[in-house]
Amino acid sequence: MRSQSGIPPVSKRPLVEIRGLSIAFSNANGGVPLVRSVDLSVRSGECVALVGESGSGKSLTARSLIGLAGRGAQIDAQRFEIDGRNALRFNERDWRALRGSFAGLVMQDALVSLDPLRTVGAEIGEVLAHHRVLRSRALRQARVHEVMAGVGIPEPAMRAQQYAHELSGGLRQRALIASAIAAGPALVIADEPTTALDVTVQAQVLAVLAERLAQGVGVLLISHDLAVVSGIADRVLVMHDGEVVDSGSTRDVLRHPSHAYTRQLLAAQPSLQSRGQRLSSARMVSATPDDAPTIVRDPLPPRVASSGRVVLEGEGIGKTYRRRGGKRDERFIALDDMSFSVREGEVLGIIGESGSGKSTCGNIVLGLLAPDRGAVKFLGSEWNGAGVKETARRRLRSRMQFIPQDPLSSFNPRHAVRELLAEGLHPQRLSKADAVAQSVNLLEQVGLSAAYLDRQPISLSGGQRQRVAIARALASEPALIVCDEPVSALDVYVQAQVLDLLVSLQARHATALLFISHDLDVVGHLCERVLVFKFGRVVEEGDVETVFERPRHAYTCSLKASAPSLRHQLDERCDDNIAVASEPML
Amino acid sequence: MSTVDRSVPTAGVHSPLPVGVLLAAAFLIVLLVGMGFPRLVTPFDPLVSDVAATLQPPNAQHWLGTDRIGRDVLSRVVYGARYSLLIGLASMIVSLAIGLAVGLFAGLSNRFADEAASRVFDVLSAFPPTLLSLLIVTSLGQGIVNIAIAVGIAGIPKFGRVLRSQALVVRRADYVTHAVSFGLSRTRIFLRHVLPNVLVAVPVIATIDIGSAIIAVSGLSFLGLGPQPPTPEWGVMLAEGRDVLRVAWWPSVFPGLAITVTVLSFAVIGRFLQRKFEVRA
Repeated sequence: MRSQSGIPPVSKRPLVEIRGLSIAFSNANGGVPLVRSVDLSVRSGECVALVGESGSGKSLTARSLIGLAGRGAQIDAQRFEIDGRNALRFNERDWRALRGSFAGLVMQDALVSLDPLRTVGAEIGEVLAHHRVLRSRALRQARVHEVMAGVGIPEPAMRAQQYAHELSGGLRQRALIASAIAAGPALVIADEPTTALDVTVQAQVLAVLAERLAQGVGVLLISHDLAVVSGIADRVLVMHDGEVVDSGSTRDVLRHPSHAYTRQLLAAQPSLQSRGQRLSSARMVSATPDDAPTIVRDPLPPRVASSGRVVLEGEGIGKTYRRRGGKRDERFIALDDMSFSVREGEVLGIIGESGSGKSTCGNIVLGLLAPDRGAVKFLGSEWNGAGVKETARRRLRSRMQFIPQDPLSSFNPRHAVRELLAEGLHPQRLSKADAVAQSVNLLEQVGLSAAYLDRQPISLSGGQRQRVAIARALASEPALIVCDEPVSALDVYVQAQVLDLLVSLQARHATALLFISHDLDVVGHLCERVLVFKFGRVVEEGDVETVFERPRHAYTCSLKASAPSLRHQLDERCDDNIAVASEPML
Repeated sequence: MSTVDRSVPTAGVHSPLPVGVLLAAAFLIVLLVGMGFPRLVTPFDPLVSDVAATLQPPNAQHWLGTDRIGRDVLSRVVYGARYSLLIGLASMIVSLAIGLAVGLFAGLSNRFADEAASRVFDVLSAFPPTLLSLLIVTSLGQGIVNIAIAVGIAGIPKFGRVLRSQALVVRRADYVTHAVSFGLSRTRIFLRHVLPNVLVAVPVIATIDIGSAIIAVSGLSFLGLGPQPPTPEWGVMLAEGRDVLRVAWWPSVFPGLAITVTVLSFAVIGRFLQRKFEVRA
């Protein structure tokens, strides 16, 4: 991704030099520091990645570098030098002088990070005006356009006049980067800059950052995803529970992870090669200390052979949305003549970028949205299409269930786990005692216990919530479960556990899954067949191995190429041509 | 942060109640006891006049003094709580019942119904509430029931608007969509998922509204449109005390104080509930 050749020999000026950093809050975690003894240094032209799951302290560490660790943060360090000055003694004024001009911050969600009431151009120009970089308005505007063009925003003069909500996700994120780099900071801190983006857009955003690097800017990249940072980072620091557990050059960390946590993180990554294996059981073993470690995983229970009976059939489905508020009657084709079928006990993946019609398809399959054309048949009955009413679907509703991306919002906020499961069991008309017994049984199947019956979902962790959602979906013994990005909000290891759970339950109950995802690795791990969506059409269809190994359509190839893959990175970075491992992994 | 983890510990976070809330609750409890058992608080009959002791300032026997015809002010204030609170409560219930029905109708049915109901709210709130109640009570005729209805109607838009927007949010909530995908009937979805989640907003507005209803009721009684003398209603007492304000402050100041403190107490508790509710939501 980064062109190694064109880097001018810049003097590697240290931008950040930190030894033994600890950050504590008197009112959180019982006063125990949330970040402990972190050593971190970033030089100009260097990309350092902080990797860890949510709550590992990576964002806090990064924000402390610009004095934004939060109210009441007690920062302690043996050495805390920013731009060669001791920042421990900085007051708010010093920090303000530093922000924007020396260090720019790029955050995850560009929609909430950009002011909705001001144009993108005004937002980007503000830092120039504030730090008195350019006094003349005309010069400032020219510079704004220049910066916008520099981050790959086409027609910068026109885009500068627009508001954040008028831009697509990728453009918005680039505008946010533009605002962070407008004043030419020596350091860019990017906090999960690509997490909400599609793989192809993510690749573009990373390329913009790589270009900054080539110009001698130092980049501190924060991510929960090792694969994302591995392509761009020179050095990686893996954080866990507020401590750096592994650090070194990206290649060393990926090839010789020294800490058990890093190994687990690497091994829990799903991929085409991990099919049929229990991800959460993965561990890395090396025969001798010098060997590259291999990943060992336990096998999953074998799948029940499918009877081949078609459970769900979509025929020529089309859906068009009218865009209101446009000058003319603008039409947006969400789905265009789509046909597919799901057989009993089969896992069908749907993959595509946002706006490709995946979720529209899911909603039509679920009977929550009526298609304009075509029809859906479920278990041999008319399910959705012209003239099919909700009352006609009700009889079969219990045979089709749904696992959403954000289970919390799909839980009635007034209900405890007990009531949530009772809802799923409702069609079976069980007695009270039987319903409770069955609920406990379901909780145990998803790895929870009866103790969770009276818990409120808000008090559960992300993984536990998704387990409850799975238990609820299984309650009515469905023939088909539609999963819409069920693991994309979870940390890698939790994701591995949830995927293992889904696979083993699916195998046990012979339930068919319609698995909608933007993540090629997850789909490759889980699914048997896959549909590739683009602009509301299926551009490629087939069994997962064929589609991923030998894609025929150009779009599938570009998806595959943009997707950050550890294996890819390892191969590329192993220029000395040592075999990656005896076992196919990563 | 990559994932949003909103998990919070459920048990063990009971911060002590603020002093203001405790005082407000204590005052309302005393008021409720006085409503139920006025004899516990005062030995005097609020309607019996003692011609030998007119306009006595507060003293050991009559703690809050006596009025123009020698009735005990404390006992009139205590008995008056029944009228003021009950009329306030009744008018709040009128606002709530109609506001809930119209608000749910507006929020849950089609756009036309929503527009129509919203315009009704607009018209109702275009008049100052006191003026609107005044208009209604003059057309209905004076009296305790009519004043409750009049104040209640003026309070409809407050409930209606909040409950309409709450219904709009809840009907589009993921958990309602999810309930549809479970194959539940419309009635069951409404009763189990929509209604309880719309009603979470009620306690807060209801508590705050009782206070303003009490002010409105007292105001109308002061103007002579509510209960008639010699009823010991706080607004009526204010009106009666006004005539002797030059020589005696106590017949009007104490009922006034009762109104102020009652309304304040409801407001304090309402705001407290609101803050607590907002943290949860």
